[in-house]
Amino acid sequence: MSSRDDSRSFWALLGLGGLGMLAGLAAAHHMETAGHIATGMDNQVVWGLPHVFAIFMIVAASGVLNVASIGSVFGEALYKKRAPLSGLLCLAMLAGGLMVLMLDLGRPERVVVAATHYNFKSVFAWNVFLYSGMAAIVAVYLWTMFERRLNPWSRSAGIAALLWRFALTTGTGSIFGFLVARQAYQSALLAPLFIVLSFGWGLAVFVITQSVMYAWNGRPLPAEAEQRLARLLAIFVAAALYLVLVYHLTNAYFARQHDFTAFVLRDGGLFPVLFWAGFVLVGSLVPFVLLVVPAARSGPGLALAAAFVVLGAFAFLYVFIIGGQAFPLEIFPGHEVRSAFGDGAVAHYVPRWPELLLGLGGVAAAFVATLVGVRVLAFMPQDELAAPK
Amino acid sequence: MSRRAVLGAAVAALAGVALAPGIRLIEVARAADGADGAGGAAGPAAGKGADPKVRWGLLIDTTRCAEGCTACVDACNAENGLGTPSRPTDARWIRKVEIRELRTGRQASVPVMCQHCAEPPCVDVCPTGASFKRADGIVLVDRHSCIGCRYCMMACPYKARSFVHEPLHDQKPDVPRGKGCVESCTLCVHRIDRGEKLTACAEACSAAGHGAILFGDLNDPGSEISRRVREVRSRQLRADLNLDPGVRYEGL
Repeated sequence: MSSRDDSRSFWALLGLGGLGMLAGLAAAHHMETAGHIATGMDNQVVWGLPHVFAIFMIVAASGVLNVASIGSVFGEALYKKRAPLSGLLCLAMLAGGLMVLMLDLGRPERVVVAATHYNFKSVFAWNVFLYSGMAAIVAVYLWTMFERRLNPWSRSAGIAALLWRFALTTGTGSIFGFLVARQAYQSALLAPLFIVLSFGWGLAVFVITQSVMYAWNGRPLPAEAEQRLARLLAIFVAAALYLVLVYHLTNAYFARQHDFTAFVLRDGGLFPVLFWAGFVLVGSLVPFVLLVVPAARSGPGLALAAAFVVLGAFAFLYVFIIGGQAFPLEIFPGHEVRSAFGDGAVAHYVPRWPELLLGLGGVAAAFVATLVGVRVLAFMPQDELAAPK
Repeated sequence: MSRRAVLGAAVAALAGVALAPGIRLIEVARAADGADGAGGAAGPAAGKGADPKVRWGLLIDTTRCAEGCTACVDACNAENGLGTPSRPTDARWIRKVEIRELRTGRQASVPVMCQHCAEPPCVDVCPTGASFKRADGIVLVDRHSCIGCRYCMMACPYKARSFVHEPLHDQKPDVPRGKGCVESCTLCVHRIDRGEKLTACAEACSAAGHGAILFGDLNDPGSEISRRVREVRSRQLRADLNLDPGVRYEGL
C-alpha cells in the first residue's frame, strides 16, 4: 500500500470516515442542546435507533474476536494469521458502539459520574467494567502479538480475551434479560442468545473487512480460508436462528406471552416484516444457502453472505429493542386499557435523522480506527507465510 | 513520518482526549456535589435524614374515582411545574387509566403514578445510583447523578417515569428538574419534608369531592391509611412481581 494511488485512496477514505464521524458528533450536539425531542424516542420507546447501532457494534465487537481466539487459543494457523485484524476490529467496534451509547445519554457530559459512581446491582454498571476491561485486555493481547519478545504470552492473553468476551456478551444480553417489566425481555435465554448472535455478527464484520483489504491489495482470498470461514459463518448463522426460534417458542408456550408473540411475529405491522423478511430470510436463510453451496460462496459470495448477516442483525435488533418497547406494558392483565399516556396502545416510533446520523457516526468511528490501524501496522493476514497444515 | 512516530502521536492524542475532559468534569462534578444541599430532594429540610420507621404510601379507592375527572393529574402538574402534557414526550407523573375487564365488562378509572416499590427495579438497574429509595420508602431520582440512560424507564413495570426531552422553563423552586434526566412522582416529598401530611393529588381529589386518594404512613398502625388497608381489601398492581409497591388500590 505504498503507491501514490493507494495513498490518495487512503486519505479519501479517511476524509469520508472523518466526515461521517463529524456528522455523528453534530447530531449528538443537536440532541444535547435541543433535547431528545429531536429524536423519535418518547416516554414509551425510550431506547431507539442509537441503541440498535450501539448494541450491534458492541455485540459484534466481542464476536469478531473469535477469529483471534480460534488462532491463539486453539492454535489454528489460518486463524492465527488473522488474529491481529480480529483484535483491531474488536477495539474499533467497541469504541464506535460506546461512542453512540455515551452520546445518546440525556446528560453525556456526566460520563464522569458514570465512571465514578457505581451501583453494583446494576447490569449497566457491570457493563462499564466489562467494556473497559475488554478494551484493556485486547490492547494487551495485540501488544503480545506485535512485540516479538512478548509472543510467548500471546496464548495466555488470548485465553483471557476469550473468557472476557463471553462475560461481556453475557452482560449485554443480561441488560435485557434482567428486565422484569417488559414481555420481550426477562429471559435467561438472552445471555446465550447474544453470545451466539455475536459469533455470527462478528465473523460477518470480519469477513467484510477482510474482503475489502484483499480487494484493495489486489489479492484473492485463498480457497482454504474462504471455505473454512464460510463453513464457520454458516454454522453461526444456523445456531443463531435456532436460538431465536427457541426464544419465540418459549414465549408462544406461555399464555401470558401470547399477545406479545403474536405482535412481533404476526400482527405488529413493520416488526413481523422485519423479523421474517429481514432477519429470517435476508439475514439467515439467504446467507446460509450462499455459504453452504460451493458454487455460491466463491468470489464475492462470502462477502455478500456476510453483508446479508449484518442486515439481518439490524432487522433483529430493531424488532427486539424497538418492538419490545412499542408493545404496551401489561399493568392490568385481562383488561382493555386506555389513557392519555398511551396505555394499552402500541407506540409509534419513527427514527429521526439525528439518531441515524449518530448511529452512522459510530460506524464511521469504527471504520476510521480500522483504516488507520491497518495503514499503520501490519494487520493484513499473511497467508503465504502460514505453515502448511 | 515513521510508524513509531505515528503511533506515539496517536497514543498522546488519545490520552489527551481521554484525560482533558475528565479533569474538567471532575471539577464540574465536585461543584455539583457541593451544591447538593441546595437541590432540595436529598433529605428533609430539618437536616435530619428521612425517618426509617415511616413508610409513606397511598391507598386509592377506585370505586370513588370518577371517570373523566383529572383533578389529581392537574394538581400534580401544577404542583410540580410540569405544564400541560399532551405529547408522548411530555412528562407525566400521574395519569388516569380507564380500564374495562374483558370477561365481565366491569369498568374503573385508575390513577397511576410511581408505585414507590419496596423493591424498586428502577433503583436496581440505575448504573450510577441516581435512582434511590429514601428510608421512608419514597423512590426518587438524584438530578445531579442521573446521566439520562433511561434504563430505569426500561425496568419500571408501571410506565411511571418520564424523561425530560426538552429544555425547561419556569421551574418550581421546590421541585428542581433537569433536561436529559429521568423523573417521576416524588410523593410530594417537598411537602412531606416541610411537615405537611397531604400530597397535591390527594388534596385535589378531596377538594373535588371524591376523596379517592388517601395518603399516609403505612407503618403507623394508628394512621387512617393503615386502618383502611387493614379493614378493606386492596391490591397492589403487578403483585406477581413481588415489588411490594407503597401504592395500593381498592375496588379493583
